[in-house]
Amino acid sequence: MSSLQGYVDRRVLLVLQDGRAIVGVLSGFDQKSNIVLADSKERVYSLDEGVEEIPLGLYLVKGEMICLVGELDEEVDKSVDLASIRAEPLPPIRYG
Amino acid sequence: MLIFSVFKTLTDQTVTVELKNDLSITGVLKSVDQFLNIRLDNIKVADEARHPHMMAVKNCFIRGSVVRYVQLPAEHVDTQLLEDATRRGTRKHCILARVT
Repeated sequence: MSSLQGYVDRRVLLVLQDGRAIVGVLSGFDQKSNIVLADSKERVYSLDEGVEEIPLGLYLVKGEMICLVGELDEEVDKSVDLASIRAEPLPPIRYG
Repeated sequence: MLIFSVFKTLTDQTVTVELKNDLSITGVLKSVDQFLNIRLDNIKVADEARHPHMMAVKNCFIRGSVVRYVQLPAEHVDTQLLEDATRRGTRKHCILARVT
């Protein structure tokens, strides 16, 4: 496993196959890269308004839905004013 | 298995991974596993103005199943060796196919 081990107990950004972005603390994972996220929030990006954070709580994300897991640099993340960011949502995965 | 080995020889090199959601991420290849999941350090997303989602992300884990292309540094790939190895593989399959 190229291993998510280094991400345990860290705040991570999860990008899912449908383009959703979820941040939370990675509390566990398994060999299929199923992931348990604690204290998770979905970040909804849109071009019309700033980023909206929707609290989701404890989430279990199935490995096959996961596109990318990124470790958040907490300092940088806190310094970003989400309300001022206008961006289109990440596109969903397209096969082929 | 062969491609897995190729990737292993490329650890600590800078590669660009293009995902099936059209995101292009450049970073230092830290590790790879048998599913071709990839760990990248020091990442940079192409067209950051359009994709500010990963601004605070410095290293990431990419699931192998969502990778479309990996751009490799040509100078660190022994193309001749790779060619030989892949052809050896196919020849073995051809022989097997002929026997059966």
